[in-house]
Amino acid sequence: MVKVMFRDKEWEVRDGMTVRDAILKVGLDPQAVLPVRDGKLVNEATIIRQGDVIRLVAVISGG
Amino acid sequence: MKCKKCGGVAVIGMRQHRLALCAEHFVEWFISYTQRAIEKYRMFGSDDQLLAAVSGGKDSLALWDVLSQLGYRADGLYIGLGIGGDDGCGDGYSVASQAKAQAFAEARGLTLHVVDIKQTYGESVPELARRTRRGLKPCALCGLVKRHIMNRVAYEGGYDAIATGHNLDDEAAVLMQNTLHWQTGYLARQAPVLPSTHPRLARKVKPFVRLYERETAAYAIVRGIDYIYDECPHAEGSKTIFYKKLLNQLESHSPGAKLSFYLSFLQAKREGLLSVQEKALELKDCQSCGQPTTAPGLCAFCRLWEQR
Repeated sequence: MVKVMFRDKEWEVRDGMTVRDAILKVGLDPQAVLPVRDGKLVNEATIIRQGDVIRLVAVISGG
Repeated sequence: MKCKKCGGVAVIGMRQHRLALCAEHFVEWFISYTQRAIEKYRMFGSDDQLLAAVSGGKDSLALWDVLSQLGYRADGLYIGLGIGGDDGCGDGYSVASQAKAQAFAEARGLTLHVVDIKQTYGESVPELARRTRRGLKPCALCGLVKRHIMNRVAYEGGYDAIATGHNLDDEAAVLMQNTLHWQTGYLARQAPVLPSTHPRLARKVKPFVRLYERETAAYAIVRGIDYIYDECPHAEGSKTIFYKKLLNQLESHSPGAKLSFYLSFLQAKREGLLSVQEKALELKDCQSCGQPTTAPGLCAFCRLWEQR
């Protein structure tokens, strides 16, 4: 399984899918977040591997 | 996904530009794209002394980083609004964001001016908002206070232009909001550059105006810029974020839509299609601070403190 984190939320998804699919699976907009794995930015087509921790960084700011 | 330049692993795909780039070439592209906007809109030259308005967030720190990389002379200005102190909101947001801005400046040997509103004027912006009863949130006063301080520091420091980290998503969201309500006055004033119209009002420039917020965030991450990830606690539910999300939905279905929307607006303005007449404003000097104002006597900023 792969851990996906965004702010104070965490999910587990199956490995083998793309980062983009993982973002969609947890109900987020791929336009609104950037995926970071092991401290490095990864592109959305990256296949997530067993044991990965994907931290999603919020893109949108405002107010 | 491969880097278009070198074939290495891409860190970001940008459908709006039909481009995917690795970390090294993305940074190169980002800096070059910013420089092109600076030149296209004649924002400033290498002899100009710039004041970068920094909040500790990704856009403003990324901007300051890029200006520094491009060799421009840019000092920073951080304005401490006192958010998340005694306003019962968040957890010392202003303290945390100031720390990010200061750490950024120190690590790079850059000059950062800090103006703390409470220390300088006696009340934080949330306290001011409560006392003047201008709404429950300090947002109503935030812009007024920041603009006043930016103009004052720029004038006193002899800066030629104030650079802010506004990106394309910011501009497109504001444009959408202004268009939906046909705020023609605001539409007339929305531009990558606001020229100086008074000796005490510095030129204001937005070098990131053609860059997506996703791109500025990616730049900050790839460059290892330590910025404040938390949002201002008062930003929750803001209209700007609402419009940004709407525009992102459009962008998902039509890559490049946000950029096209904004650039077409600028084109329409250049061609006079909007035919918006800006009323000539008669500016006087505030009797207290000397900054220009359309009101008799004191400017809106000084009036806030006079009411105590």
